[in-house]
Amino acid sequence: MSRITVIPFGPQHPVLPEPIQLRLELKDEKVVSALPVVGYVHRGLEKLVETKDYLQTVYITERVCGICSFIHSVAYCQGIETIMGVEVPPRARYLRVIWSETHRLHSHLLWFGLLADSFGFENLFMQIWRAREAVLDLQEATAGARVILGTCCVGGVRRDIDQTGRDLTLATLDKLEQDIKKIANPILKDYGVQQRTVGIGRISRELTYERGAVGPTARAAGIAQDLRQTGYAAYGELDFQPVVETAGDCYARLQVRVREMNQSIELIRRALERMPASPISVPVKGNPDGETVSRVEQPRGEVIYYLRGNGGKNLARMRIRTPTFANIPALLAMLPGAELANVPVITLSIDPCISCTER
Amino acid sequence: MKVLAKSPWAVHFNCNSCNGCDIEFLACLTPLYDLERFGVLHIGNPKHADILVVTGSVNHRNARVLENVYIQVPDPKVVVAIGVCTSTGGIFADCYNILGGIDKVIPVDVFVPGCPPRPEAIIDGMVQSLAKLEAKRAGKKVEPARKPTFTFRPPAEAEAPVTPSPAGSAGRGGKE
Amino acid sequence: MIMNLSEIKLENLIGAVAAKRASGYRFVTITCSDLGDAFDLLYHFDKELKLETLRVRLPKGAELPSISAEYFAALLVENEIKDLFGIAVAGMLLDYQGRFLLPEDAPRNPWRRPSGDADPGAAPRKEGSDHE
Repeated sequence: MSRITVIPFGPQHPVLPEPIQLRLELKDEKVVSALPVVGYVHRGLEKLVETKDYLQTVYITERVCGICSFIHSVAYCQGIETIMGVEVPPRARYLRVIWSETHRLHSHLLWFGLLADSFGFENLFMQIWRAREAVLDLQEATAGARVILGTCCVGGVRRDIDQTGRDLTLATLDKLEQDIKKIANPILKDYGVQQRTVGIGRISRELTYERGAVGPTARAAGIAQDLRQTGYAAYGELDFQPVVETAGDCYARLQVRVREMNQSIELIRRALERMPASPISVPVKGNPDGETVSRVEQPRGEVIYYLRGNGGKNLARMRIRTPTFANIPALLAMLPGAELANVPVITLSIDPCISCTER
Repeated sequence: MKVLAKSPWAVHFNCNSCNGCDIEFLACLTPLYDLERFGVLHIGNPKHADILVVTGSVNHRNARVLENVYIQVPDPKVVVAIGVCTSTGGIFADCYNILGGIDKVIPVDVFVPGCPPRPEAIIDGMVQSLAKLEAKRAGKKVEPARKPTFTFRPPAEAEAPVTPSPAGSAGRGGKE
Repeated sequence: MIMNLSEIKLENLIGAVAAKRASGYRFVTITCSDLGDAFDLLYHFDKELKLETLRVRLPKGAELPSISAEYFAALLVENEIKDLFGIAVAGMLLDYQGRFLLPEDAPRNPWRRPSGDADPGAAPRKEGSDHE
């Protein structure tokens, strides 16, 4: 039997936390081709800039995605600050790095848990999510909310981290580092995990680049590109080096993210150490007039904001290209040849965020 | 709360959410918040479930999917709506592709307000839904929940709920 | 204020994109805005973290040539532009027929503005509503 069967994977599927459909064409158990069907989470929020003013839009950008929300608001605020020529105080730039990295930490931990769930390792899912709660508690203690922080604003940030917050952050990071060491490192050597990830969903460096993949998906295939290298916010002062693996399979993508978690911990420590004393925001006057492109690195890769203002309080155009949108073409190249049972793991290995993708 | 006769299982459907509520719901299932102490298990198959947990508002493409998932959950069932989007559309209420709260498509038993709600609030909502589930199992009539009043728009702009329609576009033509 | 921006003519688009590909650029995305009487399209490319942008002006009613033969990744965003702006894109490798993001009963081309309609950002400002 070598008939082609079409299997709709999603929109409601046990391993998918979000609705997306992949129409899989199968020959027996092997995937021949995949076609994404999206639009289940499309809201059209870019058009809200026409009714909300440019300061209120910060809250909308935070809700493009609830997982990397702070980083979205950083991208947006940096864009507006470029248009308006606002100089952000140095301490605010460091604080933006700190909360960006706590977001990356909790996002990578969340993804690690979901990956474990996708290959049926529920115990690991629970262990990782327990460790993740420490990051959320830290965000609540320093920024006042667990998930969507609302601390980034045009011209700086709203809250400062004082000595108590600094001590708490360092203590949390020490504990988290131990937890990651205890959970993640043995897991990378685990026979079962390796069986499900090594050599699965392999993609070459050339094809990854050609398909325009970004973030850990690209870095796991040997492309040393990380927007943090451009030194936005305070990254230029923190000796940042991107994490790179070369195998290009699910295991490499897992390795990249585990190493990035440790890197994030290190970056927060450095930022706390080098953070200068200064005000945390500057007042912003007037309206944005002009256009710009703002790019930052999210847990899933590069996010790009195009912003255009015409001197009114509303922006004329906001356009967001999120990392998952860029990684879907690479995913479509990973799936052909894979077994149906591996499709959930491969799909999760790009860390899909559908809410970002469709906006 | 009285001792429950059964362990209610929950299926989660993300309608149009930004993930903020979804990750908070998943956080409830994990060791720190541990919804399992009330017997609640998270499962992927709607046919196994007693509780349908929904996050996000409905749009033109997922309204049908939500209805479909709801129909597949066997009776008696309860619907827990997490986040302000499920009630009115929340911050996205004015977007062109948003139809409004999920009560336009399916009846809701508990609304949990917040953007996103804290895990404690979600647990509270789940426990309230268990009482309603028990009542439904006992054959009592249970009224659908009212929306949290502070999530409403001013009455002039408020929209009348539309009765759920069978699969198709009738009854959800727009926001007027 | 966009760095490395070059304006090109519509008929040179495919050639310019092919040149980008030949010199090893990664495709980032296409940004489209409706200016009332024409569309403003920005093609973003990246090489070693340097962003380069091509700007093309597309008159209303004109057809946009697809670059998906050069860059497969452009396919998704071209379908999105077709959905949201109602631009006819010619020669896409995969055409969702305007149903990529929006299903049958959703509003059609929600981003498209009638010809002559001003940019919303330039709308008359209300007194006292600005952030001064």
